[in-house]
Order: sequence, then C-alpha cells, then structure tokens
Amino acid sequence: MASHAMTGASHREPNYLEYKGKHTGILAWILSTDHKRIGIMYLVVLTAFFLLGVTLGFFMRLEQLYLDKSVSLMTAATYNAIFTLHGVTMIFLVVVPGIPATLGNFMLPLMLGAKDVSFPRLNLLSWWLYVVGALIIFASLFSGGGLPDAGWTFYAPYSVRTATNIPLAVFGVFILGFSSILTGLNFVTTMHRMRAPGMSWFRMPLFCWSLYATGWIQVLATPILGITMLLVFAERLLNIGIFDPSLGGDPILYQHLFWIYSHPAVYIMILPGMGVISEILPTFSRRTIFGYKAITYSTLAIALAGSLVWGHHMFTTGQSWYANFVFSLLTFLVGIPTAIKVFNWVATLYKGSIRIEAPLLYAVGFIFLFSIGGFTGIMLGILNVDIHLHDTYFVVAHFHYVVFGGTMMALFAGIHYWWPKMTGKMYNKKWAISGWAVMFIGFNLLYFTMFIMGYEGMPRRYYGHLEQFHQAHRIATYGSWVLITGILMMVATLISSLRNGEPAADNPWGGSTLEWSIAGLPPLLNFDEIPEVTEDPYTYNPEPEVAHE
Amino acid sequence: MSSHASSHDAHEIHSDFEGAKIAMWLFLFTELLLFGGLFIVYAVYRSKFPAEFAAGSFALDRVLGVINTAVLLTSSLTVVLGIEALQRGKTLLAKWMVGLTVIAAGIFMVNKYFEWSHKFHLGLYPGGDGMLNLPEGMLRSGGEIMFYNLYYFMTGLHGVHVLVGMGLLIGVLYFMNKRPYKRGVTVADDASDEFKLANLNPRNVSKLENVGLYWHLVDVIWIFLFPLIYLI
Amino acid sequence: MEHHDTEHHSVGYGPYVIVWVALIGLTGLTVAVAGIDIGMWTVPLALAIATVKTVLVLMYFMHLKYEPFIFTAMIVMCIITFAIFLGLTFFDTLPRYNP
Repeated sequence: MASHAMTGASHREPNYLEYKGKHTGILAWILSTDHKRIGIMYLVVLTAFFLLGVTLGFFMRLEQLYLDKSVSLMTAATYNAIFTLHGVTMIFLVVVPGIPATLGNFMLPLMLGAKDVSFPRLNLLSWWLYVVGALIIFASLFSGGGLPDAGWTFYAPYSVRTATNIPLAVFGVFILGFSSILTGLNFVTTMHRMRAPGMSWFRMPLFCWSLYATGWIQVLATPILGITMLLVFAERLLNIGIFDPSLGGDPILYQHLFWIYSHPAVYIMILPGMGVISEILPTFSRRTIFGYKAITYSTLAIALAGSLVWGHHMFTTGQSWYANFVFSLLTFLVGIPTAIKVFNWVATLYKGSIRIEAPLLYAVGFIFLFSIGGFTGIMLGILNVDIHLHDTYFVVAHFHYVVFGGTMMALFAGIHYWWPKMTGKMYNKKWAISGWAVMFIGFNLLYFTMFIMGYEGMPRRYYGHLEQFHQAHRIATYGSWVLITGILMMVATLISSLRNGEPAADNPWGGSTLEWSIAGLPPLLNFDEIPEVTEDPYTYNPEPEVAHE
Repeated sequence: MSSHASSHDAHEIHSDFEGAKIAMWLFLFTELLLFGGLFIVYAVYRSKFPAEFAAGSFALDRVLGVINTAVLLTSSLTVVLGIEALQRGKTLLAKWMVGLTVIAAGIFMVNKYFEWSHKFHLGLYPGGDGMLNLPEGMLRSGGEIMFYNLYYFMTGLHGVHVLVGMGLLIGVLYFMNKRPYKRGVTVADDASDEFKLANLNPRNVSKLENVGLYWHLVDVIWIFLFPLIYLI
Repeated sequence: MEHHDTEHHSVGYGPYVIVWVALIGLTGLTVAVAGIDIGMWTVPLALAIATVKTVLVLMYFMHLKYEPFIFTAMIVMCIITFAIFLGLTFFDTLPRYNP
C-alpha cells in the first residue's frame, strides 16, 4: 500500500508539534483533543508513574537485604503499604492503560488512515479521568487512617476491616475504570467507522486488531470491577455488608467479582503488547507476517478464553471442587491461542532478512520472557501444583515475567519502533541496544531467582524471610539494581535523542503500514488526503526499499 | 476539508451518527455489566437464602413497585414517541413527549423517596436497628439482612441512573429549544411540518435517540429488578 | 466528511403504543402469577416474563429490529459474556452452599 506518500509538497501542513491552536503553553497540551498529543501526554504521565513504581519496588528489594529486622530500613507496616502502592501504581496506572493509551492513541488513527479517533473530546476526557483517578489514589496516602495496606487486590474481609484509607483508594480505582472504558469504547467505534477506504477488517494491521479485542474486554469486564469497588466503598461507608459474613455475606464472592475483571484485565495488558510484536517482526525480517488470520483469530480467542478462567486465582480459597476442576481445565485452553501466536512470530522470523535493531531485540526479548511467563502460568493452573505454589514468590515471578517481561517489554519495543514517527528524532542505536541487554540480564537475575525461591517456599508479601532464603534474596536484589540501571539507560537514551538525536527519516525501518507513509511528523489531521488501501498489510516488494542504512 | 483546519473543525467532521450510536450501545453494555455484577451477587445470595429472600420481597410494598413499573414503562413510550415525532419534524410534540418523560422520571423518584423514608422510619436501613434486630429483640438472620442490603444497593444504584437519565433528558430538551434547526434558520412553531422536516437539525435527532437508548436501558434494568425484589 | 444520515425507518406511533400495552399487560401478568403458589417455577416464570418484556423493549423501543445486524450481534455477545460470568460463578457457589 502506501501509494499516497505525501512527499515534500510545497504547502506542508505544520506537524502536530508545531501546530498552533487557540491555546498556548501547557494548555495547548492538556486541552488538546489531538489523539497524538493525548498519546504523548499519556506517555509522559505513565513514565512518571512507572518510575515511581520502580522506585517502590527498589525499596522492597532493598528491605529484603536485611535478615535481621532490628536494623532494617522500614517497619512491617511501611512494607505493606509499599507493596500495595507498588501494585496499585503498576497495575492500574501503568500496565492496564499502558500500550492502548500511549501507542494505541498515537498510532491507531494513523494505521487506519483516519484523521483522529471517533470521539476526540471523549479521548481527552479519558486522559483527564486517568489523571484525576491517579491523584485520588495518591491522596489516599496522605489522608484518612493511614496508608492503604490491603495489597492491590483489596481482598475482603481485610479491605473492609482495616483502619487504613481504603475507601479513597478504591474510589480512585473506580475512576480509572471509567477512563479505561471510555478509551476502549472510543477505539472500538473508531475501528468500526473510520477505517480508510479499501481497508477491510482483514486488511487491518494486527496492532489494530489487538486493540479491538482489548477494547471489547475493557467495555465488558471493567464494569464488574466498578461494581466491586462500589460494593467495597458502600460496605465501608454505608454499612452495606455484601461481603461481611456476620451480615450473611460471603468474602469469597468478592474474589470472584474481583477476578472476573482482573483476569480479563491481564489480557487487556498483554493483547496490545502482542499486537506491537506482530507489527515489529514483519518490518525487521522484511517478510509478511506468517498466519495473519491465525493471529487475528487467536487474538479474539484469547479475549474470549481469558474471560473463562478467573477462578484459577482462587484454588486455595475453599471454593468448590467443581469450580477448581472447571477453571483448571479452562486455564489450559488459554495456552492454545497464545502458542499459536508464538509459533507464527517465530515462523515470521524464519528465513527473513533480519535487521538487528533495538525494537527487534525488545520484541525477541518479549517472546522469550513471555513464553517463560506463559509456561509457568500453565504450571500454576495445575491444581495440585498450585496448592504448593500459591502465594509464593513463584507467583510473583510468573506475573512479572508476563506483565513486565511481556507488556512492558512490548511497550518498550513499540516506543523504540515508533519513536522516529512520534518525535522525528532517531535515538543512539548502540545505547539503545546496550540498555536492552542490561535490562534483559537484570530482569532474569531478579525474577528467575524468585521462581526458585518461590518453589522452595518463600511466601509473597512477607516482610521478613528465613535464613535459608537469604542468599537468593540477595541475588534478586542485586538483579534489581542491574534491571534499574538498564531502565535508566533506556530512558536516558530516549530523552537525550530529543535534544541530540539525528533527524529521523520518514520511514527508517521500511515499515509497510500506513503510519509510515506520512512524510515527517504527522500533521494535525494526519493525512492531507485519506489514503486508499489496495493491498494487505505487511506486503513487501521483492526488492525491499529500505530508506537509509 | 479546507487545507487549514482548526482543531474545532476536527470535531465538526465527526458528525458520524452511526458511530455515535455504536458508542452509545457500547456504553450501555458497560451499564448492563455494571448491574450484571449486582445480579450475580443477587443470584448467588438468593440461591443461598431462598426462603429469606422470598419473605423479604413479600414484605415490600408491592403496590408502589407496580406503580413505579408502570410509570417507567410509560416514560419509555413517551421518549420513543418523542424520537418519532422529532424525526417527522414535529418538534413541539417531541418536546412535550420528552418533557412528559422527565415528569415520569420525577414521579418515579418521588415514589422511591416515600418508599425509602418509610423504611428508614422503621429503622430498616443498612446498619440500622430495625435491620439488625427483629421487633421481638432477636437478631435477624444473615439472609434477611442481605436481602435488605441488596434491596437498598440495587434500587439505590438504579435510582442514581434515573437521576442521570433525567439530567440527560433535560439536556436534550435544552438543545431542542436552543437550536431546533440548522444554523441561521429561524422558524416559527407554527411553520408547516414539511418546512420543519427540511430544516431539522440531525444532531438533535441523534442526541435524543441516544439519550432514549439510555433511558430504555434504565427501564430494562427495572424490568428485572421489579420481579426480583418485589415479587419473588 | 459525509453527512451519513441513516435511514429512519418510520413505523408510525401506533406500534409503539401497542408494545406499551403489551408491556403493561405483561407486568400485570407477572404480578398475578407471583400470587399463585407454583413452587420452584416461581423464579423462572418471573424471569421469563421479564425477558419477554426486555425483548420487546429492545426490538421496538430501542429500534433493534430496524438496525443493522451488527447491533444484535454485539448485544448477543454482551449477554453471552454475562451468562459466562454468572454460570461459572455458580460452579463454585451452588455446590458450596448445598453440599
């Protein structure tokens, strides 16, 4: 496709960064309804939250250097508050909005050949709700009866009994849910209504498909979290004891409702990441994606199957044996569409003209780490194994491999891939690759050690540990320092490229999707002329026309 | 598109009414599942305490429930008649119908107020004395308390949605009064229907249709709440 | 872009009034049968009547009958999702509450 490359016309529209609207300064950003500016705003705020979450994690690891708690850094109560805030920040503020809000916002209309999303003002509202929800959560730290300490899951009955400031935190999560719903709704409508002429559903880039499935999960699952949070809120403030056994309630029902949302939420996190990977691999191996339709259908299948398995978080709660059996079986089924994707990605690379660049390395890192996360997930889905591993560091390691090694690595991959189109600058390749390598080593040092510790019985969320785990804890903490070094290298490389980077070519990687057909940075309305799509995505000519080498 | 498009124009191009309708339906799905979570809670506890729930619903004021059901169903009729009228350019009739819908919503809330205040008077509110203890001084069973807690939460949340719906309907009424026709065209109320139809502002039709959808959803939820809470 | 006016399938005021009469009638019916002791069928019957009422509202008041198929497909998906959530929860609670 890309037949409508808008090359250096005499009257170039100002690009989206130069564009002057009716507001100036910071208002030109926080009141902008341009999907690209909103995407960048999400990226900035999200990076700040990510670094905050990293800092909290750093302190958790530091605390575990101390076997003798009489001389350690913090009290047990502080440790509880820190892991709660780490979880809430990372899950609700970073990983769930993550890729759709940042890269999705920026890229979706560009990839569809549209001028914006369907509802630009609603899009801005999503961002505002996101910021307000975050502020409410942080306000909960400085008000009420103390730092929330219930963990990011807010399990009843503890969350309704503890004196700490749960209601405000829960309300913040409720607001964030709204933000997520509005983004999903906006994206789904956009894909139904605003695809460029000629772009049939099966000519949509796979990143868009992944956002489509994600949007549906956001619309259908998030309200269940909303009502759950409202019920906790009502229980705290209005004495409506839905989960209180003394009033006839059942605390396990809380966990059902919570995971009915939060397990599909795992797929809100990972599906867009898989979409990013499906964009990057064809570009850097200069082959069409292997099994376009298989990947599409597996995306939808994951979205569906992901809604069927929440009970595997509850094998040890005393839920009925039938439920354990059914949820365990269904959990194994999710492995099938995921494996289909992995095979297709690897097959795409096979015999491709591979060009090693930072985005590709992040993408390959994703496949490796996510596969480990996926396999250990299957292990945890086995009933008897889960009895042994439940609530140990094994679970912590598993979901960090999936969420950090999966979603965040995919986000980093996407940022490195689209950075030239988003900023017009090219980062330093050597530094970008070194950052990736350091991060990859630190990651495995930190989290693989946790697998071993968890397997040997180290429980999660414990303030202290037995001496037999001390050596492993030290290794993990050292790993966390390496990992953080890698993250800082990546952030520094990207930021310094804004100032010192070479101007990027229009299509530095030779990508074939529509966003690369725009000359330079996209103008306010993206396309002077809505492009007409005549081919499938990822169609490469026999002689690849790589822009510059 | 003109070559120098302001960001305001960026919105103007998006008068995609079909898209607005899709988005409205998606939003309704979130509402359905918000209440869906509550229906799951209700179903689980009903299966746990069937006798207590049956007794609880028997003790509620069924007549008030029936009246409110009829009021909401009628308001659903008026809003759909309003849409039909607006599509035909009969704006005055449409305004009347939307106004009637607002009034019906008001009646519903007033009824609700009397129903709740009577119970509060008896101490039958979450955490209240009449809720936790029977008149004879014995503790109420968990099942009975659960029924009343759910009764308050479900009808309360539905009531909030009725209030939001009222607000939206009043908003549409405002737009219908403010600019019933295309920009720059002023029309007397007694102009011919054909003239009005030709100058109809499609935005208002779209707005009213979507608010109507929301209002019907509030009705649909009540259609289920009514038997679950008052009848069985 | 184009002003894409969807066709308004005008059905007149009459059918809406008929649907309304049916809805009121069904409300009367559900109140009436709730007074009769039919044992375990009380709940299913009440829910069945509510479902019929909902279908009427969806098809006529919410214009589903006149919309493209995609809307119906979306609603069916939404209902299936809800059914899954409800059904799988019962795999736990039913055996646990009635051992």
